[in-house]
Amino acid sequence: MSHPLLSVDELRVTIGGQPVVDGISFDIAQGEILSLVGESGCGKSMTAFSVMGLLPRAARLSGGRVMLDGTELSALTETELQALRGNELAMIFQEPVASLNPLMKIGRQIEESLIVHRGLEGREARRAAIDMLAEVGIPEPEIRAGQYPFELSGGMCQRAMIAMALICRPRLLIADEPTTALDVTIQAQILDLMKKLRDETGTAILLITHDMGVVAEMADRVAVMYAGRVIETAPVDALFARQEHPYTRLLLKTIPRLDGEPKETLPVIEGLVPDIGQWPEGCRFSPRCPLANDACRKAVPPLASRRDIGSTACWHAEQVGAI
Amino acid sequence: MAATTATTPRPTKRSIPWTVLPFAAILVALLLIAILAPLVAPMDPNTQNLLARLKAPGFQARGMTYFLGSDELGRDVLSRLIYGARVSLLVAFASVTLSGIFGTVVGMIAAFYRGWTETLIMRLVDIVLSVPAILLAIITVAVLGPSFANVVIVLSMTRWPRYARVAYGQTLSVANMPYVRLSRFMGAGWLRLLSRHILPNIAGALIVVATLEFGLMVLFEAGLSFLGLGVQPPTASWGAMLATGRNYVATAWWIATFPGLALFLLVLSINLIGDHIRDRLDPRGR
Repeated sequence: MSHPLLSVDELRVTIGGQPVVDGISFDIAQGEILSLVGESGCGKSMTAFSVMGLLPRAARLSGGRVMLDGTELSALTETELQALRGNELAMIFQEPVASLNPLMKIGRQIEESLIVHRGLEGREARRAAIDMLAEVGIPEPEIRAGQYPFELSGGMCQRAMIAMALICRPRLLIADEPTTALDVTIQAQILDLMKKLRDETGTAILLITHDMGVVAEMADRVAVMYAGRVIETAPVDALFARQEHPYTRLLLKTIPRLDGEPKETLPVIEGLVPDIGQWPEGCRFSPRCPLANDACRKAVPPLASRRDIGSTACWHAEQVGAI
Repeated sequence: MAATTATTPRPTKRSIPWTVLPFAAILVALLLIAILAPLVAPMDPNTQNLLARLKAPGFQARGMTYFLGSDELGRDVLSRLIYGARVSLLVAFASVTLSGIFGTVVGMIAAFYRGWTETLIMRLVDIVLSVPAILLAIITVAVLGPSFANVVIVLSMTRWPRYARVAYGQTLSVANMPYVRLSRFMGAGWLRLLSRHILPNIAGALIVVATLEFGLMVLFEAGLSFLGLGVQPPTASWGAMLATGRNYVATAWWIATFPGLALFLLVLSINLIGDHIRDRLDPRGR
C-alpha cells in the first residue's frame, strides 16, 4: 500500500454549533472496501457528505482535511468539485426508487454523467448506458433503458443507480446503506454485484451501514463509530474474531446467532445513544459501558493502535474480552 | 422498443367525463372561431351603418342579417363578438405565458438558493400581491398609454406572484427528493438540476394554476377594457362592448347581453377544465 486513495484526517462537522462528526480519521486504499458502522445519528452519513463536499445546508465543515489521491478536497472550488462528483467520486443512496427521477427514462439518467463529465451525447452515450446496465446485471438492457423508474422493481432501481454511479469509472464509490430498503435475497445480489464490480474495476468503496451481516459479507476493513467518533478500526476478520472496544463487543453480542443456544431474550446494550450536543465528558460510551470507571468519565481515550492491524479508543482494551 | 409498451402495464387513459365534455367543446369552438374570425364573421366588425343603429337581433339591411342586432354605431354585434374573442383569448394567452414563465423561474430560484435570495424574492411577491391590480393598471396605462401590449404587461406584472408561490413551494419539496440529491452527487450543475430534474416534476401544479389563471385573465382584460384602460376602440373587445352596452341596456339589451354571455361561457369552460386537470394531477384524487 503506497499512499491511500482517500484520506480523512481529523474531520469535524457541526450543525448549529453542535459537533456531529468530532474529529474522525480513516484511510481507504485503492480497491479497498472500508465499512463505516454505527447507529443512526453517529455521524456516518455526515462523513460521507463531507467527502463529497455536499453537506446539508445547516451543517458546516469546521475542521480537518479530506484528501483524494493527494488533492485536498476542501481547498477546491465548487466547479472543481462538480467535475469530481460522479466522475472520480460517486455515491449511491438507500432509497433506490426515490433516487431516480420519476419522469426520466432509466437510460437517460445513466447518460447524464457522461453528458456532464465526458461531453458524450447521442448514440455513443446511449450505447455506453446500455452496456453499463448489462454490466450491473439488468436483463434486456435495451428495453430497460427506455423505461421509467416506476416500471422497475426496487432491486432493479438499485442496480440502475449503481450503473449511474459507475458509468464514469469513479475511483471511490460511497454507498450509504445501499441495501437497507431491499429484501434479503435482493440484498445479497446487490452486495455480490458491488463486490464483483470492485474486483473488476478496482473502485474503492466506502460502505456505510448499520448491518453487521453486510459488514461481514463485504468489508475488507471496518471502522466503528459511536457519537461522532471512530472508536475502533480493524480488518474485518480480526474485528469479528476479537473486539477491543466494549461497544463493538456488545454490538456483536446483540446479534442473534443461528448456531448458538436459543435464548429467551436478546441481549441489549443498556441505555440510549446520547443526543447530539449532549455527549458526556470523557469516553462517550462510558455511561453505558460495564467497564467504565472514573478515569473513563474524565478523559477521552485516544484511538491507539494495537497489534499493528487496527486501533481502539478504550482505556480498558485488554479487559474487553471478558464482557 | 415497441414491444415494451405491449408487455408492461401503463396507467390507463381515462376519458373526459360527460360533465366536462360540453365545456371542452365550447372552448375548442371559441378557439376556432377566434382563429378563423375573418372567415366566420358575417360582416366587418368596424363597418358602421348609421341607418341601422341599435337594431334588434334579426334585423336586415342591405341584404345582410344582423343576427345578434347592431350597436350604437350600426356595427354587427355578432361580428364584433367574434373579433372580440380574438382579443380576449390572445391577451389571456400572452399574459399567462409571460407571467407564468417569469413567476416560475423566480419562484424556483427562490426555493433553490434559499437565504437572502429567497427572502428578497418572496417578500417582493408579498408586496406585489398587496398592490391593488386596478390601481397598478391605471398608473401603468397613464404612463405608457393604453394598448394591447400594455394590457399584457399590466396583467403579467400583477399575476406572476401566483406562479412564483406555487413554483416556490413545489421546488422546496422536490429539491429534497433523493433523485435531485443524487443528481447533485453525480456532478450536475444548478441549471441542469432546475431544468431537467425539478421543472418537469413541478410542471403539473403549474399547469393547473395557469389554466385557472387563464379564465381570470379573460375577466381582467374585460374589466380593463370596460374601464377604458384596455384595448382601444374601434378594436372590438368584450369588455368594451359591455361598457358601451351599459348605456343602452334599457333600450337595446343585446349590445351588453351577448358579450356578457360569451364571457360567462368562456370563463366557466376554462374553470371547469382547470378543475378537471387539477383532479387528474392530484395524487390524492387517484
